[in-house]
Amino acid sequence: MDSDHTPQAAGSVLAPAADAPPAAAPRIDCRDIKVFYGATQAIHGVSMSFPDRAVTALIGPSGCGKSTFLRCLNRMNDTIENCRVEGQILMDGQDINDHSIDPVLLRSRVGMVFQKPNPFPKSIYDNIAYGPRIHGIATSREDLDAIVEKSLRRAGLWEEVKDRLQAPGTSLSGGQQQRLCIARAIAVRPEVILMDEPCSALDPVATARIEELIDELRKRYCIVIVTHSMQQAARVSQRTAFFHLGNLVEMGETEQIFTNPREKRTEDYITGRFG
Amino acid sequence: MTDPAASSFSTPEALKRLKRRRAADVRFRYYGLGAIFLALSALVLLVLSIGSQAVSAATYHVVRYDITLDPAVITPPGETTPEDIARNVDGFWELARDNLLETFPEANRDRASRIEVSEFITRLAVLPTARKVAARPEMVGNPITLTAPLNDDLDLYLKGQALPERRLRTGTITAVTAQEDGFALLEGQGAFTPILTALTTLQAEGVSMDEGSILITAGGATGRLHGIQAGTARLELLTGTLDAFRNSTAAARLIALPEAQRVVSDQQIAWTFALKEMGRISRVPRWTLLTNSDSTYPELAGGLAALVGSLFTMLVTALVAIPIGILAAVYLEEFAPKNRLTDFIEVNINNLAAVPSIVFGLLGAAVYINFLGMPRSAPLVGGLVLALMTFPVVIIASRAALKAVPPSVRSGALAIGASQMQTVFHHVVPLAAPGILTGAILGMARALGETAPLLLIGMVAFVGDVPTSPTDESTVMPVLIFTWANNAERAWEPMTSAMIVVLLAVLLLMNGLVVFLRRKYERRW
Repeated sequence: MDSDHTPQAAGSVLAPAADAPPAAAPRIDCRDIKVFYGATQAIHGVSMSFPDRAVTALIGPSGCGKSTFLRCLNRMNDTIENCRVEGQILMDGQDINDHSIDPVLLRSRVGMVFQKPNPFPKSIYDNIAYGPRIHGIATSREDLDAIVEKSLRRAGLWEEVKDRLQAPGTSLSGGQQQRLCIARAIAVRPEVILMDEPCSALDPVATARIEELIDELRKRYCIVIVTHSMQQAARVSQRTAFFHLGNLVEMGETEQIFTNPREKRTEDYITGRFG
Repeated sequence: MTDPAASSFSTPEALKRLKRRRAADVRFRYYGLGAIFLALSALVLLVLSIGSQAVSAATYHVVRYDITLDPAVITPPGETTPEDIARNVDGFWELARDNLLETFPEANRDRASRIEVSEFITRLAVLPTARKVAARPEMVGNPITLTAPLNDDLDLYLKGQALPERRLRTGTITAVTAQEDGFALLEGQGAFTPILTALTTLQAEGVSMDEGSILITAGGATGRLHGIQAGTARLELLTGTLDAFRNSTAAARLIALPEAQRVVSDQQIAWTFALKEMGRISRVPRWTLLTNSDSTYPELAGGLAALVGSLFTMLVTALVAIPIGILAAVYLEEFAPKNRLTDFIEVNINNLAAVPSIVFGLLGAAVYINFLGMPRSAPLVGGLVLALMTFPVVIIASRAALKAVPPSVRSGALAIGASQMQTVFHHVVPLAAPGILTGAILGMARALGETAPLLLIGMVAFVGDVPTSPTDESTVMPVLIFTWANNAERAWEPMTSAMIVVLLAVLLLMNGLVVFLRRKYERRW
């Protein structure tokens, strides 16, 4: 794993650059992505890139392919029967769909947080420790304890759960569970975090906490978030991409998309005329 | 019709519709209650009918014999080793019979009586005592108390299940006079009126007492009555002394069935009452039902060999069916591609679960025994046959349990870089474990109660010894029940019920285990 991108290194080096324009070198570069479910084509040749240390929001009406597209980035579509992905997805110049790339290793570098919080039915500690254990990141108990604490601190959950690490992860509230899932993703030291509507099952207070957290995580990771809430996209992202019917309609700086969209369809969608 | 909302609630049509809907609800509730009531009453009926039979087999009568272990009989010259003693069942049996002959001198008068008295105890009944003495040969020459089960017919008679009889008490018998023809004249003011009344009643009920017996018992003495009149009757003394009847009210028994058609004779009944009066017959719990093996004598028979046979069979079934079933289910559910081939396999697994069990027996006989040359009647073959029958059930239950694990758990594990195998075995299988276990144990419970396929591979043979390995000749509990139920003697009937209760208890235990395991696992959040 690239040691430059271990979270502790990133934190000190990139803190000042966090609010710099997200024109940094693209972390992930997608070229002409097409996704098919059996005979139906879900995504029609999308090309876009995701800059490092910035949040990119994917918006669009239901069924527009934004989740499908997100799942291409860590090859989660592999687990779906009949699903076929065409095109190139370059990460650090390497095609992640190449046969030489093991999806298991890819997913340890590209973490994912799902729509519904899905902690394992194990203790809070084991939820975090599972990833480092299977990847052999931590060898000793002390290392593991340190990773668990650091991940929970990063996810802003440490103060709430430090006294009950052995309690089941499922005993937490929905918002806490989602932060636990984020901590779980962070624990394997990813470089990219994909979030598939992470707040859609949460109340506004928990949503606000997650959004704060995303803003915090932006300093260290490349984050791609799918959201239905345009306000959320406007609040947390630096760049926004608008999908419609499997096509990338428009992509640009978030501010520009929301204030001055180039496309008519984008304008209609963000002003609530359809979707 | 000014306010549409209000009117739609109160129009006659709407009210009528509402009434019909409510009636349908109520009707459905009663249908449900009725169905539950029917199911429950069937269960209660089953438990009552089997239970009431089984209760009588839960106890039995044993006879005590105080005998001296005569070395001349127990250790005749040349047969003095412990093995010889253990084998010398006849010697012990003769001592017990001689003890009875001593107790009842009248039994010695002719051969028929000697046979009747010898029927009190079966030869094999003394085997435990013989083994006990063989283990401690210094007991030879000393007096011991031998306790052995009473003959099953007499046991059943004492429990009131062998013969229909009417019991009553006579009035006081005041005079007893022995007569030259061997009979005795009993006299008493109106002493026999109750018997005459009972005879009239029986006649009215259409029961003929012409060839039946009227027995009266006082103390240890029992006799047969003839020529009954209100104040006098002639007594044919069967056992005991005439003095016992003087100044007593005797217990009378009216047995309509002719002696020739019965399994117990009047003489045997008389001796039984005498032994009981002496306190030598006692009713004790029948632990031998669980500690003895099968026997041709119901009073000696037990289910130990069948229990152990069932245990071995289930062991083989479990070792084969559960791992294969679970692995097949995990592969089909988690790894296999969904295509025509796997669809075909799935359909056929479901078909396999629906194949009648006797077909598996034929298959077992043809393949395991004839082709592979495995031993007949062995739990190994029985277990393999039952495994064929059980593993589709395990596969179906396990697949259902795996399917019920939320996909979010799988994607959660995959998304942090767990391999598919790690995902399945670290997350999915542990969550599905309670369901898999339930399926496995229920499948085993079904196999435990299976009879038909085992008949075909020869597990129905009479097995007197407890099997010590899965390749020994053996039988299993349901087959033992089948065998016992086919036996002619009346005493087998309660024995069969008792064995059914034992089998049901084992099944209940297994089902209880399912519930317990499920609770235990579910508590792990």
